[in-house]
Amino acid sequence: MARVLSIFALLVFVLHVASEHTGEVVEQLDGEEFTEELLFRPLPDRKVLSHFHFESKVPRTNSYGHHHRLFPKAIYQLVHKYRIREMELSFTQGRWNYESWGGFDPIASSNAKPPGVELWAVFDVPQDQVDASWKNLTHTLSGLFCASINFLESSTTYSAPDWSFRSLSGNLRYGSLPREAVCTENLTPWLKLLPCRDKAGLSSLMNRPSIYRGFYHSQRLHLTSGEFEPVASGHGITLEQTLTIVLQPDALETSAAFSSSRKLQPSWSMSSLFGRTVEGKCALAKSSSVYIQLEGSLVYNMKDTWNDIEGYEGEEVPYEGFGSNPNFGFSVSPDRMMKEVNRFHKDGSSILYGFSIKDYHSSKPFDLGFRWKLPVTWSCVKAPLRASRFLMGSGNEKGAIALSLQSTEWSESLPKADNNEERCRLRVDVFQVVPWYIKVYYHTAKIFVDGVPQPLGDVIERMHVSPSEDKVSPGVMETILRLPCDMKSASLTLEFDKGFLHIDEYPPDANQGFDIPSAIISFPDFQTCLQYTQDNTSIKSPMVSKMQEKRKILSYTEVLLVPLTTPDFSMPYNVITITCTVFALYFGSLLNALRRRAGEEERLLKSRDKNPGKLQLLLSKLSAKLRGRAWEPPSSSTSSSSSSSSSPKLISSKVITKIVLIAAIGFGWQYYYG
Amino acid sequence: MAKSSQKSTKKKQQPWFWTSAVASIITRLVLIIYFPNTLNFSSRPEVSTPLTSIRRLAEGYWLKQSSMSPYAGSMYHGSPLLLSILGPLTVDRGEGQPSHLLFGLAFVIADFITAMLIRSIGQLLQITNSQSLKSLGAGRLSKISENFPSGDVAALVYLWNPLTIITCLGYSTSPIENLMIVLSLYGACMRLVPLAAFGWVIASHLSLYPVILVIPLVFLIGSGLDTPPRKLFVQQTYGDDQDELSSDTHREHKGTTNGTSNLINFSWRRVVLFFLWASACAFYVLVLCSISLKEFSGLGEMFKRTYGFILSVEDLSPNIGLLWYFFAEVFDFFRDFFLIVFHINILFMVLPLAIRLHHRPCFLAFVYIAISSVLKSYPSVGDSALYLGLLGLFVNALADMQFSFFLFSGYLGTLLLSPVMHNLWIWRGTGNANFYFATAMAYACFQIILVVESVSSMLNHDRALKQATTPVAKKVQ
Repeated sequence: MARVLSIFALLVFVLHVASEHTGEVVEQLDGEEFTEELLFRPLPDRKVLSHFHFESKVPRTNSYGHHHRLFPKAIYQLVHKYRIREMELSFTQGRWNYESWGGFDPIASSNAKPPGVELWAVFDVPQDQVDASWKNLTHTLSGLFCASINFLESSTTYSAPDWSFRSLSGNLRYGSLPREAVCTENLTPWLKLLPCRDKAGLSSLMNRPSIYRGFYHSQRLHLTSGEFEPVASGHGITLEQTLTIVLQPDALETSAAFSSSRKLQPSWSMSSLFGRTVEGKCALAKSSSVYIQLEGSLVYNMKDTWNDIEGYEGEEVPYEGFGSNPNFGFSVSPDRMMKEVNRFHKDGSSILYGFSIKDYHSSKPFDLGFRWKLPVTWSCVKAPLRASRFLMGSGNEKGAIALSLQSTEWSESLPKADNNEERCRLRVDVFQVVPWYIKVYYHTAKIFVDGVPQPLGDVIERMHVSPSEDKVSPGVMETILRLPCDMKSASLTLEFDKGFLHIDEYPPDANQGFDIPSAIISFPDFQTCLQYTQDNTSIKSPMVSKMQEKRKILSYTEVLLVPLTTPDFSMPYNVITITCTVFALYFGSLLNALRRRAGEEERLLKSRDKNPGKLQLLLSKLSAKLRGRAWEPPSSSTSSSSSSSSSPKLISSKVITKIVLIAAIGFGWQYYYG
Repeated sequence: MAKSSQKSTKKKQQPWFWTSAVASIITRLVLIIYFPNTLNFSSRPEVSTPLTSIRRLAEGYWLKQSSMSPYAGSMYHGSPLLLSILGPLTVDRGEGQPSHLLFGLAFVIADFITAMLIRSIGQLLQITNSQSLKSLGAGRLSKISENFPSGDVAALVYLWNPLTIITCLGYSTSPIENLMIVLSLYGACMRLVPLAAFGWVIASHLSLYPVILVIPLVFLIGSGLDTPPRKLFVQQTYGDDQDELSSDTHREHKGTTNGTSNLINFSWRRVVLFFLWASACAFYVLVLCSISLKEFSGLGEMFKRTYGFILSVEDLSPNIGLLWYFFAEVFDFFRDFFLIVFHINILFMVLPLAIRLHHRPCFLAFVYIAISSVLKSYPSVGDSALYLGLLGLFVNALADMQFSFFLFSGYLGTLLLSPVMHNLWIWRGTGNANFYFATAMAYACFQIILVVESVSSMLNHDRALKQATTPVAKKVQ
């Protein structure tokens, strides 16, 4: 029996060693997966979007066990400790430019994040434990990512959106820190979660100076777990890490050929953007590929220029020949090309070029370059409405928040099909969290459509408000607006009073002002999804499948900076002492006025006249001497003199009793507390 | 003879009084109708406090209408009853103007009723005063006092006080609180025990501080209106007893004049009745409150959000009081201590004042109102307007008050400086919180001096009465 066992153990060992060698095969066998992908997209304003996408998957614990080769242990423990069903954490610097970088595509709606830190999580715990789990989670994450996420612990910073943020909620908590500065110290722990860190594979491109030089930088971590679902068929934990950067390529070589009105877009390469090249894939990654995405409108516009210049008239655009495109060229020929299908607006369909970096190594690094040959202008697909938020009013007492929604060309070309039934209505969900020191008067909500005030009932379909409570909870507003499709602009205004804080509650730079986190505007009527025809279906890209997921269009508004009045920070002692003096004035003078009795005073005066004190005697003597006259003792009867002679004794006995009393008290104090 | 002269003076005074009263009402209405938005008093910190602000009331009503507790969030801190009465007026009906008009009208009416009640309190005071002086035999003094109809003066001071007008235009709810306080005083003066109990309960339900008025109300109900110290009457009767011949007739005379005999025997029956009525009213109010808050939250939350908010000075927005800046600056671990100290300061003076001024319950009530409006956590000029109006009632007794010009100019100066400093600090950012706090402190000092001076001059007045009457007593001896 023992021999059989030992042979079995040996077999297992041999198998294990064999599996080390043939990594990829076994990865698929045991279910842990890691993929790395990178997407480039030229942007209309001469910038380049680069989007890293890393995905790690682990199957369910009950079928797979607790030990992992690829999946980060920290995240696994986090999920299990706090029973997280879904979580997203993002660190962002800069603001996504919805105007020129697009607001309709999947990257814009899932990777455009508000500045600072945003965290939301759905827990799989009973309702009453959600807050406790959230608090523990914020502390853990703050330790894990070297950020002050622990400030989200306080109940004044997070909120529990009811329905506007995500349709499934209840155990959802949402919080954001608009003023969190994002830097390499946050990126390094994030990279540690990758199996190859930034030593190999696509992540080796992340040269810190070049990625933090960008216009927009958002590092995101999305976690979904099916660990706690009762059905055994659920998937395990999926960790999706993305880094979205908008960079400006150095436009050094300008072609003189097109010196006319239109300028050539800057050409770029991986080495010019990042200052580095990829020296082969991460050995642990299942797939490792780079994509270049050309937007539909770009393709459409290129078609035009093409027709203009070369008089090309064929139906099929000749981008099939990869390198021989007259508009642009790659330094490396793409391995595959995917074309978007079933686009429901007619501008043109987007194209995705795929490059596999399997065959590259350190002696032959992968350096993808993109070169424009002809100038082209295009614009991105924007969100249905352009949302922006601003403050109104002046002074530090009150103000108003205005949320303005302006129609874009997209919404102007909305389908008029439902014109027949009724007026076409565009649904807009607004989710806004306001800290408690901005005391919003929700009854002052006003809606203007095209500058004309509208009754609230016509426009607001549903509204849920949980007003802010001082030093306890922020104000949350969730609203569904139904706006007419043919409107040019709409705005929602809310008045507020500015609160006054205790001096300890002001941050060190109190005069800079306070940040109101971004509001989230979503358009549930529209769903973003890019369906690509895959010529090679065997290679399944998680990033492409993410793009194919249907999700509602989100856009974040600006962070508002509200200056609050400050007290004088240097004067607490003065204020305390002076106020107490006023109180003492009140108390003392009023008590004195009540105590005084005219009759007694008169009696006292009389008695004082009768027997002047020693001091008075001394003074009169002194004055007499000064004047140089003989001193006359003040007239006093014999009886009064006798009383005066007896009075010092009385006083001294009083003084003695007082001293004894104080000594006794002091002694007692020493005895009991000393 | 005296009565007829009084009547004649009344007849002389009345047309003059009525024209100026009506003129003040018309002034208010004109200001409300023609300058609804240019005089934006409702957002002034001097006028509307977190407790009395009409915007907060509107927010509370809105929350209630959208089936949330009006106390959700920390906006509304008033009574739920006020919400059900005034709430419907806040709803903007299309154009927005009529709601303001209705409000203004409600507050103008409240002001007018308050002034009328003050006037009748003043008349009662004057009658009893002249009677008691006559019974003391100090006719010389009573004649002087009759020249000045203190009720009319007080009512007109209340109506024409710029602070009252500003409060009325600022749509803060303090006119209603003032009305309730004056109503309870009036009820006690007229010995209408249920009315006094009702006013007292509602007033303390609205703003907590009128609770301390229970002492003057009990004195008023138990022993009647303001009189000179009882000792004088005792002396008088003692003197009478000596004079055996005239004693019987004199006593009968006193019985008819009715003021003095009631003074001496404190009627416990009425006081007990007052407390019974008060507890009945309180019960009724609580039942009404719990009905109006039935769907949202219990009375516990109401007490926490109204009385708790008053006592634990949570809102640190600037006002003309002292506590906001103090608690914005004080170290957190001293906060509870100072909260206790400042509230105790009001309570601490209650007993000494009651001992010293028990024979003048109306004046005692005035002093209590003044003290609480100086030291309360969220004071406004509306509170000052009330006690300045009541001060007019004692215009005869306080004729020789010191520093009256100094106080007048001090009030004027601080009230003019306060908006300037607020503007400099909040709007322009060129000033500093200390500027505004300094005016608040100066204002508090002036109020304190006013209280102290009025108390001491009232005591002096009593002393003067005593001196005026004792020779008479001696003569009788």
